[in-house]
Amino acid sequence: MSHYPRYRQFYPKLYRKRMPIFWWVHKRAHIHFIARELTSVFVALFAVELVLLVRALSEGPAAYAAFLDWLASPLALVLHALAFAMLIFHSVTWFNLAPKALVMRVGKTRVPAWAVAGANYAAWVVVSAVLAWIIL
Amino acid sequence: MPAHDIVIVGGGGAGLRAAIAIAEAAPSLDVALVSKVYPMRSHTVAAEGGAAAVIRDNDSLDHHAVDTISGGDWLADQAAVEVFVQEAPAEMIRLEHWGCPWSREPDGRVAVRPFGGMKLERTWFAADKTGFHLLHTLFQTSLKYGNITPYDESFVTRLLVADGRCQGVATIELQTGHVDVIAGRAVILCTGGAGRVFPFTTNGAIKTGDGMAMAYRVGVPLKDMEFVQYHPTGLPGTGILITEASRGEGGILVNRDGYRYLQDYDLGTPLDVSDERHPVKKSMELGPRDRLSQAFVKEQQKGRTIPGPYGDVVHLDIRHLGQARIDKKLPFVRELATKYVNIDPVYEPIPVRPVLHYFMGGIDTDVEGATVLPGLYAAGECACVNINGANRLGSNSLTELLVFGARAGKAAAAFAREHPPPDLAQLDKQGVEEQHRLARRFIQKTGGHERIAGLRQEMRDAMESGAGIYRTEAGLQAACDALAALRERFADLQLDDRSLTFNTELTAALELDFMLDVAEAIAHSALARRESRGSHQREDHPERDDDAYLKHTLAFCNGAMPRIDYQEVSITRWPPAERVYGR
Amino acid sequence: MEKIALEVFRYRPEEEQTPTFQTYEVPLHKDWVILDALNYVKDELDGTLSFRHSCRMGVCGSCGMMVNGDAVLSCAAFLTDYRPGPIRVEPLANFPVLRDLVIEMNDFMAKLNRVMPWVVREQEKPVEEGEYLQTPEELMDYKPYAMCINCMLCYAACPVYGLEPEFIGPAAIALAQRYNLDNRDEGNAARMEILSTDEGVWQCTLVGECSTVCPKAVDPAGAIQRYKVASTTAWWKSKLLPWSR
Ligand SMILES: Cc1cc2nc3c(=O)[nH]c(=O)nc-3n(C[C@H](O)[C@H](O)[C@H](O)COP(=O)(O)OP(=O)(O)OC[C@H]3O[C@@H](n4cnc5c(N)ncnc54)[C@H](O)[C@@H]3O)c2cc1C
Ligand code: SF4
Ligand code: FES
Repeated sequence: MSHYPRYRQFYPKLYRKRMPIFWWVHKRAHIHFIARELTSVFVALFAVELVLLVRALSEGPAAYAAFLDWLASPLALVLHALAFAMLIFHSVTWFNLAPKALVMRVGKTRVPAWAVAGANYAAWVVVSAVLAWIIL
Repeated sequence: MPAHDIVIVGGGGAGLRAAIAIAEAAPSLDVALVSKVYPMRSHTVAAEGGAAAVIRDNDSLDHHAVDTISGGDWLADQAAVEVFVQEAPAEMIRLEHWGCPWSREPDGRVAVRPFGGMKLERTWFAADKTGFHLLHTLFQTSLKYGNITPYDESFVTRLLVADGRCQGVATIELQTGHVDVIAGRAVILCTGGAGRVFPFTTNGAIKTGDGMAMAYRVGVPLKDMEFVQYHPTGLPGTGILITEASRGEGGILVNRDGYRYLQDYDLGTPLDVSDERHPVKKSMELGPRDRLSQAFVKEQQKGRTIPGPYGDVVHLDIRHLGQARIDKKLPFVRELATKYVNIDPVYEPIPVRPVLHYFMGGIDTDVEGATVLPGLYAAGECACVNINGANRLGSNSLTELLVFGARAGKAAAAFAREHPPPDLAQLDKQGVEEQHRLARRFIQKTGGHERIAGLRQEMRDAMESGAGIYRTEAGLQAACDALAALRERFADLQLDDRSLTFNTELTAALELDFMLDVAEAIAHSALARRESRGSHQREDHPERDDDAYLKHTLAFCNGAMPRIDYQEVSITRWPPAERVYGR
Repeated sequence: MEKIALEVFRYRPEEEQTPTFQTYEVPLHKDWVILDALNYVKDELDGTLSFRHSCRMGVCGSCGMMVNGDAVLSCAAFLTDYRPGPIRVEPLANFPVLRDLVIEMNDFMAKLNRVMPWVVREQEKPVEEGEYLQTPEELMDYKPYAMCINCMLCYAACPVYGLEPEFIGPAAIALAQRYNLDNRDEGNAARMEILSTDEGVWQCTLVGECSTVCPKAVDPAGAIQRYKVASTTAWWKSKLLPWSR
């Protein structure tokens, strides 16, 4: 059955309020959410940078050297520091949310939330360590 | 004016069950489900403990019947009880098939728990939110049927009778204030109880006896209204219920001195809580509700209760069950006690007092839910079949909603098939009259002096002091007089709110109007019954008197005060005997 | 007696175009909840104030409101927690207002209906054959999602619903999951057609506020994320193993 009312002769006069653009500034949880969403811009920027790096590489040693020079400039360093902080925030918030999506069972008991999040962190540390070992 | 085959008033357990029964048995019939709140808000949602039906091999239908009949002090109609216990198990299984999350045994079968006055474990439960799950299961299941048309937040103000037949209802569509008629070949009332007639109650704000009063006004008698049940364990102040399941699981009641006082009131001898055999069924804390509430009053008179800000209390102690068991079987009890009296039952006993809980009486019906008015049916707490006699056993009501909700639905469907469509012209006229009455008496009325809240409180006080757990001739007479005076003052009511959109002051006034009728029926029925039986205890007539009063009271609407008459009790296999608990 | 002020949202469509706030002074009883204070206003001060309520024990789901900007059940929010006041009481956010604190909930009811919240079976088991077996563990798989009281606090807290009213929303999706995860049900595929659409789980950007405000610990946000995983797996499965359907 449908619970939509069959108003017969009269209709109620409803009051509707639109959400303002800055709806999210009143609450910490909302600011946190918007921050998490905005940090994804920096994730995208890293991807763009990688593409640029590959392009520079394909254009020959000179272009590659110029690119590396740019990366070493103070402005680039500051930007990277900022982006790194944003990425950490991004990853941490998402890892903490992972247990919501993943409900796993071992035998009859549900894997607790901290274990799911912990597994993510552990994987992060391992991958970072492997990368560090390759590069350094 | 919308016209349907069957109009159901009430979207609680009984109303939804009736609607589904019709939708399944007669898919060609078109059902209107009218309710003053959205169905899932109905007070069935608050039921906690469970629903009784025989399922275990060591149990039998006869056991269930005997427990019910003796629990009701032999006032139950035994033929009806037999139908009830017989159809109960299938109803519960049907609910399981519809998805009700019944608590389970490790092997996957449905689990059952002990309950007050029941000889064996036969109470099906969904943790301690049985009513909630039952209502939501029924509501969600009802959504799949196309031939049920809901009228949510439509407040029924009156039953419409034409050609000696009930042919519809007048409603206020709350969201617009529009008064209209919903016509039908048959009408089923499933409007629930009237706990709000009393000051301290487990009942929600919507339980105001509307259906009882409406049936009463069109000449249908109210049966056994003097039998109102006090639940022994409500929270002081709010009246929020602490379920009997807390005692079924082994909780104990103690007085000021930590003494299990029930042993002084012929309810058996206590076993230590660590004893394997505790709790003993039909004994001590698992005695019937009427006897436990009465024991509280006696204990209070001896000065052995504990004083508190909302009157005296005793303690319900479940600490010995331990946190794990409490969290598994009684999580809602813990939530309610922590939230509303700031007491964690894992570490402290819960203060409790008797609070008004349930109406054994109601609209007089037969086992098919039919009333004396052709085309009018009733089921659920607003009806009185009567299977509960002078005292209902806990967990029989939810089952009753299902069994008799379904039966009333089928009977109304059969009636609708055999009768012509409603007489729309006559109904329309009555609808217009009703609209004028509401405007004249409430919305447009000026110059009144009384306020709803004042009259309502006086009515409740009169009921508590005159028609409470223990009653006397003088007290009841005083209550009757007070109610008559209130009825007069009600005519001088003044509302603040003149608007049409969601006017809750208007509905509060109409509810008070209904409650005054119900209160009057209770007080007069109680005054006329000069004996003590079950929940009706007369200090001036302390004995049960089968010669004079083994019969049902019928209260008829009759001008200034109700006319009282009587009806035979059906006795099939179990002649009246002494009620024995704990011996 | 100490008093506390309530600033209550008023909207009477027959008298005013835009809402106003009206202030009432109520006694600050230690054991009073916001709902008690509103009932006091209605009984003693102003009979024209409208709001919904019934059970006053947090189970009927009628009395959701915004109190100082947070979505709460007014029968479970104690006055003393808002000392010294004033306390701002408004109707649930993100819903059209009918009058005062009463919102219109047709959209929510329609959404409940859409997710087919009933046991779907190809073949019904006859009642005579008794109950379906369900172990306590199988029961626990879906039980948390069966605890929803339809109070709609999660909708009021969900900015996605505020911005995109088409979104089926937290409680309705949790309810769909309640049946999907029930071993008696066979409606998973049918519900997927509704839940995997644009109006379904993919609208959710995981703000997570629905689970924070939920008074019954239903965790609708969790239900939605779990469903995203399930829906993605099913999609890949249908692409990679088309014959497995
Ligand atoms: C706190 C509590 C705990 C309980 N626990 C148990 C238990 O464990 N086991 C047990 O067996 N029983 C229990 N009971 C008793 C049982 O829950 C009730 O008797 C039963 O739920 C009543 O159901 P109903 O369908 O008759 O009415 P309700 O569920 O009260 O529904 C009444 C319906 O009628 C509608 N209505 C009323 N008036 C009007 C009107 N004027 N116009 C339109 N619609 C109207 C309402 O909107 C509502 O939908 C308990 C009761 C309470 C209060
Ligand atoms: S999920 Fe929680 S907040 Fe949302 S309607 Fe259900 S109970 Fe209320
Ligand atoms: S009044 Fe029922 S949930 Fe608050």
